[in-house]
Amino acid sequence: MAVELHENDEMKNTMDLKSGQNELFTDPDPDHARAFFRKKSRALKSKLSTVQEVVRDMISDGDYIAIGGFGAIRVPSAIVHEIVRQKKKNLGFAGHTSTHDFQVITAGDCIDRCDIAYIVGLEARGLSANARRAVQSGKIQLTEWTNATLSWRLKAAAMGLSFLPARNILGTDTFKYSAAKEIQCPFTGKKFAAYPALYPDFAAIHVHEADIYGNCRVYGATVSDQDLARASKRVVVTAERLIPTEEIRNNPEGTFIPFWCVDAVVEVPYGSYPGNMPYEYFSDEEHIKQWLSVEKDPDELKKFVQEQIYDTKDFYEYLNLNGGIERMTKLRQVEFLINGK
Amino acid sequence: MPDYNAMELMICVAARNLEDGATVVVGTGAPCAAAMLSQKTHSPNLCIMFEAGGVAPQLPTMPISVGDSRTFHKALMASSMPDIMETCQRGMVDYTFLGGAQIDMYGNINSTMIGDDHSKPKVRFPGSGGANDLASLCWRTMMMTVQDAKRFTETPDFITSPGYLKGGDSRYEAGLPLDTGPYRIITNMAVMGFDDDTKWMTVLSVNPGYSRTDVQDNCGFELNWAKKIEETEPPTEEELCILREEVDPHKYIIGR
Repeated sequence: MAVELHENDEMKNTMDLKSGQNELFTDPDPDHARAFFRKKSRALKSKLSTVQEVVRDMISDGDYIAIGGFGAIRVPSAIVHEIVRQKKKNLGFAGHTSTHDFQVITAGDCIDRCDIAYIVGLEARGLSANARRAVQSGKIQLTEWTNATLSWRLKAAAMGLSFLPARNILGTDTFKYSAAKEIQCPFTGKKFAAYPALYPDFAAIHVHEADIYGNCRVYGATVSDQDLARASKRVVVTAERLIPTEEIRNNPEGTFIPFWCVDAVVEVPYGSYPGNMPYEYFSDEEHIKQWLSVEKDPDELKKFVQEQIYDTKDFYEYLNLNGGIERMTKLRQVEFLINGK
Repeated sequence: MPDYNAMELMICVAARNLEDGATVVVGTGAPCAAAMLSQKTHSPNLCIMFEAGGVAPQLPTMPISVGDSRTFHKALMASSMPDIMETCQRGMVDYTFLGGAQIDMYGNINSTMIGDDHSKPKVRFPGSGGANDLASLCWRTMMMTVQDAKRFTETPDFITSPGYLKGGDSRYEAGLPLDTGPYRIITNMAVMGFDDDTKWMTVLSVNPGYSRTDVQDNCGFELNWAKKIEETEPPTEEELCILREEVDPHKYIIGR
């Protein structure tokens, strides 16, 4: 053991510790975060609100925002649309597994800086031509990260820390264009990457069930939402359905997000459309394909966004424009593998 | 000999590299097809994992997203991204598959951009997503790709995901976990591994219908060659039948 420690001391003297060169968009200071959370309400009071109010009152131009779910799975589409509809500007964005959500928000030109892990692709569906143009033009300032790295940055914040160490991204250009730093483990002498805690100003998360206080249940893969809800300063949950608090109390181990994290609750059935909502409805692949196809021509996209978002007064009008309850019923059948699809 | 296309061959070769009882994190597309084929041939207990949290699903169809409902259909666990990535970091995940626009002789992969200005790339690709994480933290990384001299290059524009970095011990010295790294590069022309010491890409077998010259001519750097070069075992009737009828009946992947 003594010998090992001796070697570690030697490593320390020779270890050349590098830093990522791109900008850190958010403050990782845990005491600043604590000062904010000290004042955040813990009251068990109804937080019912509307999509319009939430976006008007909880997001200011220039804020740094994060969207829960997984791009086109369990995404808070009503909030994402409303951000575009209310023409929010110069937002920072946590591009952690973002696909269709980023596509919509970029169509509204709402973002000017982005922690990027995955934003221009829509996985097996292909790439968003518009998101790609936005990134290639240089009008969105980028700092590189990865999915796990952003997960752990949120986890560091959820833990009330300023950073977490991990063993990925070292030695790559992903590290070089990040804002991570190399550190030496004080116990083993090994080199780790240190990831700064990410405390977003605002997060929107779509859940299956919530009560009026914001106690939430989620079914299926949870991605990073447990930490996102805890790390973010202001949180809105949109829920497929409101449930009585009694149901929460009868099964407290099912509470995925507790009320004290949540500032506003909005019931939005089919609120992940056109994304997939596990155990409820599958994604509307035809509608997402339409997005991908109109994006190839900026004028077509402009018309499409006008018709789909600016000219619809809210998310329900948008749902009706795209087939309404009849379409939703179809997507429920796809989810449940009825008709073999 | 059965008729098959390059994608079918790559998927079959990849599937054979996944042994029963192993864990593998896959994306959508060819890697998922390879893992499903492996389960349906020789590795019924291969544990398929998805980065959004799905563990050991009974996949009813090919997923569209690595987080969609199919990725935890009748699964053993629907977990979270940090849980999956931490399981990789703990050393419990044996394999993963990556894709990319460029790869170099040490298996470093670019899936981020083409150009020399990061703030204004000529072409932007999706970027890391979970690729760097999986390449950093899983024991063995594999890649299936069509091979040409531009894609296999000595100087990728960006290193998104780590291979053996600068070769030798440089990967571990950079801080990445010991004994991890690229394992097999499966192309339409050949199957490559990496030299134990130098970590330079080394051809292990050449696919039927291609010559050593084809393989070298379609690579932008000098390839290392194993002492004995075999011909890659072509897909069997059984493999092709399962792949076409059960794994990808709509030809989403193998029809490309």
